[in-house]
Amino acid sequence: MAAVEEKVKQIIVEQLQVDEAEVTPSASFQEDLGADSLDVVELVMQFEEAFDIEIPDEDAEKIKTVKDAIEYIDKNAKGGK
Amino acid sequence: MQRRVVVTGLGLVCAVGNTAPEIWSKLLAGKSGMAPITAFDTTGFSVTFAAEVKNFDPLDFVDKKESRKMARFIHLALGATHEAMENSGLKITDQNATRVGVHIGSGIGGFDIIEREHSAMLAGGPRKISPFFIPAAIINLAAGQVSIRYGAKGPNEATATACTTSAHSIGDAYRIIERGDADVMIAGGSEAAITPMGIGGFAAMRALSTRNDDPEHACRPFDKDRDGFVCGEGAGILILEELEHAKARGAKIVAEIIGYGMSADAFHITGMPEDGDGCFRAMENALKSANLRPEQIDYVNAHATSTPLGDATESKAMQRLFGEHATSHKLLVSSTKSMTGHLLGGAGGLEAGITIMALMNQIVPPTANLDNVDPECKLNYIANHPQNAKLDYALSNSFGFGGTNGSLVFRRWEE
Repeated sequence: MAAVEEKVKQIIVEQLQVDEAEVTPSASFQEDLGADSLDVVELVMQFEEAFDIEIPDEDAEKIKTVKDAIEYIDKNAKGGK
Repeated sequence: MQRRVVVTGLGLVCAVGNTAPEIWSKLLAGKSGMAPITAFDTTGFSVTFAAEVKNFDPLDFVDKKESRKMARFIHLALGATHEAMENSGLKITDQNATRVGVHIGSGIGGFDIIEREHSAMLAGGPRKISPFFIPAAIINLAAGQVSIRYGAKGPNEATATACTTSAHSIGDAYRIIERGDADVMIAGGSEAAITPMGIGGFAAMRALSTRNDDPEHACRPFDKDRDGFVCGEGAGILILEELEHAKARGAKIVAEIIGYGMSADAFHITGMPEDGDGCFRAMENALKSANLRPEQIDYVNAHATSTPLGDATESKAMQRLFGEHATSHKLLVSSTKSMTGHLLGGAGGLEAGITIMALMNQIVPPTANLDNVDPECKLNYIANHPQNAKLDYALSNSFGFGGTNGSLVFRRWEE
């Protein structure tokens, strides 16, 4: 969990160019971290790449906050990379 | 009463410099911007050099997150627009925003992004295509990004007429102001096609110089040893403004745009008729719209790209239009592409800027590498050294694939 959390946060900081302190569990990508809908699509692609998973669109739509992403990846990743 | 249109700002980026003053000093010194390509590995390419923009950092103009969503031609357009806007002193406010428009085109658009995303798709399937692929690559997004960044809410357009793109952008923007649809237009073009498909594509047409062992002397318009154009990149942006609007805010006026002519060859996809009839009619239409006689033009910044056919054809068209004024060598002609390379869709913007600096400084920049004038080219091409001259009216030519032509006429500004 901690490793996934660390990596997810790192990706968010890099993709959305935000301060690490802003990336709290409840932070919403679109409402709090300045992302638009296309930024979120790209963010999900980065998660897929980093954790070697495929996130179907219907699941991706439900990933709205930092916590959503960490929980989803923790449940579905094959150990991460 | 006819609305007059003046130029109140210049922003230029190309291989010889990243600002208008830097470019001007390099042109007067006859400096070439051509060198081996650094953007990609040229192994296997028949052409291995180009006129690349150097030391340009998009992060000087846009933050990192946004910069990733733009092809290089958009970065270059933002860089040139930044200089032009600073130069003009124009502030876009709630009061004037809807009267300020943008007209910035590109001949090619985002080949860099198209190639990258196509490779990603071939390697990983369609799910690997970035959601920013389309808005990063399409041609009108330079105009779109400029409007978003500066809050310009007036007319927003982009031309894509190959190497005539930015002459058309400036000419059409001039008409938009003249008609009263806007008071200010941020106008010009941008290009960044030094990519494997860009260079490979032009090389496949045998359109490029292959003087790989001597890039600096490869582009030699009107010279008998010319062997093709050299691909350049960059952007040229002008701030066009209605005269009274410019005066009311105390803007520094650098020139007036007084003529614009267009034509089509209706002949061939890439070639032009030997008599240069299309070029002739574009220049003739520009003079007509400016109400000038041919002998009133002091300087022509020629399209002349250093192709064997093109330079001779343009010379013949000028000879036909300007007659004795041209053959007596009173008309001064130069091709600054000899140093900047060919900016394709950005050429008209860059060269409009250079033409204006010639009027401002009363100096004609030279045609570099002109050692042995082709006997087919019979005019005064200002070989290798700049020339001081009394310049009141100057014309800038652009001709593009598809047989599309445009000419702009500028007048020296005096209060």
